[in-house]
Amino acid sequence: MTETFYDVLRRQGITRRSFLKFCSLTATSLGLGSAAAPQIAHALETKPRTPVLWLHGLECTCCSESFIRSAHPLTKDVVLSMLSLDYDDTLMAAAGHQAEAILDEIRTKYKGNYILAVEGNPPLNEDGMFCLQGGRPFVEKLRETAADCKAIISWGSCASWGCVQAAKPNPTRATPVHKVITDKPIIKVPGCPPIAEVMTAVVTYMLTFERLPELDRMGRPKMFYGQRIHDKCYRRPHFDAGQFAEAWDDEGSRKGYCLYKMGCKGPTTYNACSTVRWNGGVSFPIQSGHGCIGCSEDGFWDKGGFYDRVTDIKQFGIESNADKVGGTAAAVVGAGVAAHAAVTALARARNKTGIEVKQEEH
Amino acid sequence: MLAQQDAFEAERNARMVKAVYVYEAPLRLWHWINALAITLLAITGYFIGKPLPSLAGDTSTQYLMGWIRFIHFAAAYVFAIGFLGRIYWAIVGNHHARQIFLLPIFNARWWSEVFYELRWYLFMVREPKKYVGHNPLAQLMMFLFFTIGAVYMILTGFALYGEGLGEGSWADTMFGWVIAALGGNSLQVHNMHRLGMWVTLCFVIVHIYAAIREDIMSRQSLISTMISGWRMFKD
Repeated sequence: MTETFYDVLRRQGITRRSFLKFCSLTATSLGLGSAAAPQIAHALETKPRTPVLWLHGLECTCCSESFIRSAHPLTKDVVLSMLSLDYDDTLMAAAGHQAEAILDEIRTKYKGNYILAVEGNPPLNEDGMFCLQGGRPFVEKLRETAADCKAIISWGSCASWGCVQAAKPNPTRATPVHKVITDKPIIKVPGCPPIAEVMTAVVTYMLTFERLPELDRMGRPKMFYGQRIHDKCYRRPHFDAGQFAEAWDDEGSRKGYCLYKMGCKGPTTYNACSTVRWNGGVSFPIQSGHGCIGCSEDGFWDKGGFYDRVTDIKQFGIESNADKVGGTAAAVVGAGVAAHAAVTALARARNKTGIEVKQEEH
Repeated sequence: MLAQQDAFEAERNARMVKAVYVYEAPLRLWHWINALAITLLAITGYFIGKPLPSLAGDTSTQYLMGWIRFIHFAAAYVFAIGFLGRIYWAIVGNHHARQIFLLPIFNARWWSEVFYELRWYLFMVREPKKYVGHNPLAQLMMFLFFTIGAVYMILTGFALYGEGLGEGSWADTMFGWVIAALGGNSLQVHNMHRLGMWVTLCFVIVHIYAAIREDIMSRQSLISTMISGWRMFKD
């Protein structure tokens, strides 16, 4: 019989008390209330572990780095054990053929019943030659392992949107997972990296309830990406009051006024930073005095400056923002109208005789 | 007032004045309410993207950005509901009320009149034609920049508004798909909505200029028509 999660935890010396504390914390962080804690405990005690294959494509490993810092007591150990993380080429001890053999084993043994976690994305140019693993393009490995999986978790902005390697001109044609694998349920957990507790909570939810969390239109879990940073920002009262930092280190900046004018992307970024925060709830960018750069939004590298509110639009071939483009258009139209009016006045003055001549004809 | 002036002028010139009732009262009312809403939307919208200088003092006594956004949203409701009312009036009103919604694009004569008007504006023809409703070129511009533009601004605007109201709100349910359809990046939709404001401003400049110019040049009333409803022909 396969070990349950609880068996694994006890085997690793985690006390029942710590285990129950974890269940309560998880229930709370998922917003389910204390009644869900026993349910989570029951699930972990009775369910066999779901194998997870964690692949790495083009990426920087910041997702893994974030993940292993999940800060609630013991969560790191608990989740790493919970997951039955059978394959993760950055973390696993095995290497070479031994490591690759695990992929085949899990695929056949747990056909249709394992979760595929993807960090990074496959580049498609030159038949995927920009990302080779074990002598094969990553995109092939991704397609193979995805074929028999139950669901895919797209970790981070790379897997979800493309991120920096897909920024213009995207020479390797780095492509987000959902554009390569189209026949599997995909849950996007964007961010560069995503918040550690968001990652562990998403995994816990999927293992506990054996289903995907509720997703928004873009395929992100609503419980963490349902609101913008701005909606829960502790500096929001300064925004509503019209109190802004106008320059770095000015009076407003020192007073902790809203960073909107400094280009904060909080109003257009869906993430849980302003509620869950980072490093065990210590802080998040805005709290540290810097605007949000919108790292969990699609194409955030290509949406103009991190320090402008009305950002540059590159679609026009030149770098210019809506106000410059629109202002120029309005000025051109205004000048055109003025010129037209002048010509009209001239023509009218000249035509006066013309009209009178015509009247005489009547 | 203007209509009277038109009439006096026509009388003084001892010419026959012909008048036709074009714009019915609800349509005229809508036009001016709509103009006011657009003005408020453009001003407040500009300051939402580029806020006014920072205010000092007790945060709890200030609500400047809040009021600017409130006026923007309130004017947006007026604009959007007005637009729905305008569509209703296009159905039940007289045939002039339908002009900015339906273009007779399969009518070759209409197209030739569009080009005639274009030549008139390029000073290539001497005599303007007279039209009871919009002239065909004006009709085309109205459709492209106002009707399409209004739909675009309502769709993108209420989609952004839905972000604030939140997931599952009516605005999110009805318009939230717009952001996803435009690529899913809210910042980009903000920029596109702002570009829409500048396009509208360009339209307004041309619209007001053409109305004043035609009022003078084409010997028929335009501005007073949108007040009284009567189109006066001055010769």
